[in-house]
Formats: sequence, C-alpha cells, structure tokens
Amino acid sequence: MKIVVCIKRVPDTEARIRVAADGRSVDVTGVKFITNPYDEFALEAALRLREAEGEGEVVALSLGDTGIAETLRAALAMGADSAVHLTTDRPLEGLAAAHAIAAELSGRDFDLALFGLKAIDDDLQAVGVMVAELIDLPAATAVTEFRREGDRIIAEREVEGGMEVVELPTPCILTITKGAYEPRYASLKGIMAAKKKPFEEKAAMAEGDGGIQVESLQPPPERQPGRIVGEGPDAVPELLRILREQGFIA
Amino acid sequence: MPILAVVEARAGQLPSISRDVIGAARSVAEATGDEVEAVLIGGADIRGAAEDLGRWGVSRVHLAAAEGVEWNEPGLYRRIVVDLARTRSPRAVIFPASAMGRDLAPRVAARLEVGYAAECVGVEIEGDEVIAVRPRYAGKVTARERFTRGPAVLSVRGNAFPVEEGEGSAEVVPVEVPANSGVPGVVVREVRAGEGARLDVSEAPVVVSGGRGLREPGNFRLLEELAQALGNAAVGASRAVVDAGWRPHAEQVGQTGKTVAPALYFAIGISGAIQHLAGMRTAGYIVAINKDPDAPIFRAADAGIVGDLFEIVPRLTEEIRKMRG
Repeated sequence: MKIVVCIKRVPDTEARIRVAADGRSVDVTGVKFITNPYDEFALEAALRLREAEGEGEVVALSLGDTGIAETLRAALAMGADSAVHLTTDRPLEGLAAAHAIAAELSGRDFDLALFGLKAIDDDLQAVGVMVAELIDLPAATAVTEFRREGDRIIAEREVEGGMEVVELPTPCILTITKGAYEPRYASLKGIMAAKKKPFEEKAAMAEGDGGIQVESLQPPPERQPGRIVGEGPDAVPELLRILREQGFIA
Repeated sequence: MPILAVVEARAGQLPSISRDVIGAARSVAEATGDEVEAVLIGGADIRGAAEDLGRWGVSRVHLAAAEGVEWNEPGLYRRIVVDLARTRSPRAVIFPASAMGRDLAPRVAARLEVGYAAECVGVEIEGDEVIAVRPRYAGKVTARERFTRGPAVLSVRGNAFPVEEGEGSAEVVPVEVPANSGVPGVVVREVRAGEGARLDVSEAPVVVSGGRGLREPGNFRLLEELAQALGNAAVGASRAVVDAGWRPHAEQVGQTGKTVAPALYFAIGISGAIQHLAGMRTAGYIVAINKDPDAPIFRAADAGIVGDLFEIVPRLTEEIRKMRG
C-alpha cells in the first residue's frame, strides 16, 4: 500500500505571536516551529497501517521554504520511508497550497493520501479536501480511526451529536483528527536511520493567489481585566447577581 | 447578485448555527442591497423548515429535498451547491462552521476555483469586495482577508451573527437532486448518535466546561446538572480529561478540540493552559471556578470564585434552579 502523508510546519502554540511591521504577516523571529499536531496523527495512522499490513510505503510530503527540511526529517525519524519537499519562495495556504499539492499528487501513484484535519496556524481546515476536489478523489474529513478492507477504506468520522461510519474506494483522501492515533516518539535508531532515507527536493508548482489575501492582522480586542468575586459557595449569590445584571441569566 | 446562505438541516431540524449563517448573509446584503437566498438540502421532511426561512429575512429558498438524502453525502451536496452557485452567480456563499459546513465549504471553493475563509466572526464589504474577519494562530490575532475574486466562500462561527426573527415569507424553488456526485463516492454505512441529545459545544449559547479538577469521570454529573439548570448549556471538556477517556473528543474545547464563542463560558476545575484558552478566549463572558487562586484561568476570566468546586457548583446549580423557578 502506498500512503502519502502531507505535513505542515507551524509555530508552537506557546509562541508569542507578534504582528510584523507590515501589519499583514507574523514576525517569526525566535518563534519555535513544530509539526502540526493533526499531521502527526495522520503520520501515525499511516505508520500503523503499514505495520498492520506488514508491507507498504509511507511518503512524507511538505510544502514550504528551507525550514521544512527539519520537519520532514522528524517524519522520517518517526518511520516514514521517504520525504518530498516542495519548495516555495512564499508561504502558500488554502487553494494555492491545494493546487501545489494536487499537482504533485496527480503525478504519483498512491492508494491513500492523509492530511491532518487542520493546521493550528491558519485553522482553515481546507487543504486536504480541496486537493481531493481538484484531483477528483473521494474524501472523508474529521476521521478518528480507519481500516482497509480490500480496495475500500472504512472510516469513522466525528460529526455533531455522534459518529458516522463511511466507506470509500481507494485511492482516496482522509483528513485525520484526534482519535486513535496518538503519535509515537522517534527512537534514536529512527533518528539515525532518517539521515539515510531518500529525500527529494523540487520546486512546487505554485500559481495564483488562491483567491484570497490577508489584508491585515491585529491583536484581538482587549478584554477588561476580571475579578475574583469571592471564596467558596458563599460567593455564588454575588456571582449570580453579576450574571443577572449582565443579562446572562434570566 | 444574491448572497447564498447554505442552511444545514439535521434530522429535519435547523440547528441554531443556521441563524448565524443567515445573519452573516443578511449583514452582507444590508451593505450591498442584495437579496438573501438560501439553499436547503435534505430528506423530504425539511419542506416546513424551508417555508420558515422567510421569517429570518430570506427571500428565496432553493430546496433540494428527496427521500434518503442526508447531509452526510458530501459529494452530492457539493454538486448541488456548486451548480447553484454557477447558475445564480452569488456575491458570497456562506456556510455554517459546523462539521458539515467545514467539510462542504472548502469543497465548493475548490470546485469554483475561489478563495475560502473559515470560521469567520465578521464579514465586511469595501466597495465591491468582500472581506472576511477571522481568528488565526489560536485566536492570538484577528485577520482581515480580502477575496480577490467571486463568489466569496465563507464558513461562519456559531453565536457570531445574531439575527432577529420577523415577518416575511420566502419563495420556495425546488432544485433537482442529482443521482450522484460525479466522483466515485463516499457511502455512509452507519450513523451513531452520541449519548443523549446533547447540544453541541460549538453551538450552545452557554458552555459549562470541566477539567482535571473534577477528579473522576463520574463527577461530571455535577456539570451536567448545572447545564440542565441553565437550560441552554452544553458540557465541554479540557484536553486532559478527553485524553484520560472521561469525556468524548467532541466535547473538547481547545487547540486540538473545538473553538467556541458562547455568550457565557464556565471553566470549572480547569487550570487555563494556553491550548485550552485558544478554544474559548473569545467567549462573551468567562467565569472560572478553581481552588488554586494562582491558576492562569483567573487571568482570562471576567469573574471567578476560588474554592472547592464540589461545594461551589452544587450551590450554583441550586441557586439557578431557584432563580428560574
């Protein structure tokens, strides 16, 4: 089975996000970058499927500038068999990123392409399913767990009020959310082996602006500082008085 | 150019986030002088819901209703909405930021070769252009994003676009449901409802969230009772208790869970880690209950009570029940 896992490098949540001088991008000086957590679930899912089948190939693919190499090496250390770095000179997201990835995937033979549900920097939750639409593949999003039955994938999806079980023919695309796939740590052996695994670098086919552009970034509106109303259950009437006054409780 | 609101139906009912979709569509329409049209897709039982949409300011409803059509057929829905967008040339196509909307909206955007803004909290018009206002970086910045071509495709957050009900009726126009999506498809084998008819945490106007301070899964009963006393509340959970298996992931509020913006948010026995704050920092009013006065949650909260939640929460539930009679 050939599985491609698409991975994004994102700023760590703990990072202080500062708007750059141009007012429309983020100042990344000193910011620590990590593998998007949802993409780690996807990579873990791919590795477990390969283990369950006893054979198969897992390719880690990422789109971006030079910093991406580190993220791809981490994916190789976790157990991916090879890496593909699609280089870009500017950050791509949304439809523009989907086009670049779709161009690469349409030239590849694969059974399954996995994406994390969303990236924690742009929170768009779009690229995986956009790629599916661009290359006419069936796709299921928000998958918590899945298995293969012959040439079909049976996947569980998280939906409002419960869970849905869906079936798709391969080749197909899944976007993975938190569920069964707690990511493994790379072993020292894995880290050493990563250095020798195939690593391909090629220019991304990036055209157009993806139909949307960030005009400005601002810090969120200031909140008034809050206060501690009191201690213990005796503070409850005062809390309720405040909530009533504010109109939150009738 | 109409503003097209994609109204979700679940088991014949319209969830509350549908109002935010119409509210967002109306706020654009008010700025441009356009009409609001809705597309409603589902089984044969949604006709009544279609007629009701006139009261919310929708002038025309494109109704694609047929036996056996459920929202969970993404390819089919995508085809209906894309065909309608190509025929009606809307200025914008607006989806709910629900599981259905966040799956469907990017599919439609990709097919139309246009940009997409997810989970918007505002929409503005400048001249002829649509600008989406939405959070990035776990809510640490608010972005204004300009669509460079139309239609603008957006999904909107629950509780972000209030709208008033009025008088009015909508013209209902039947839309043919295609036989298939055109792509070898996704087949739904089974739908499993969650335990009880819980209001979804991303749509409820009030959320009562719990963390490790609850000590045991069974103690979440205290929060369920509080939610019930409040009447319109959903129970949420921190990552720690979801990871521990006490609560389902669907209730998780935070970076690898849901981002919610209810009018009122209770953080009970939750320390206030940054990943949790990411999911609720834009709530209207935040109340924290924690025994540790130095817990970071108190810095994010508008009001707090320090003390033992096992005494405070039952007292709060009791007082609310008394108040509401």
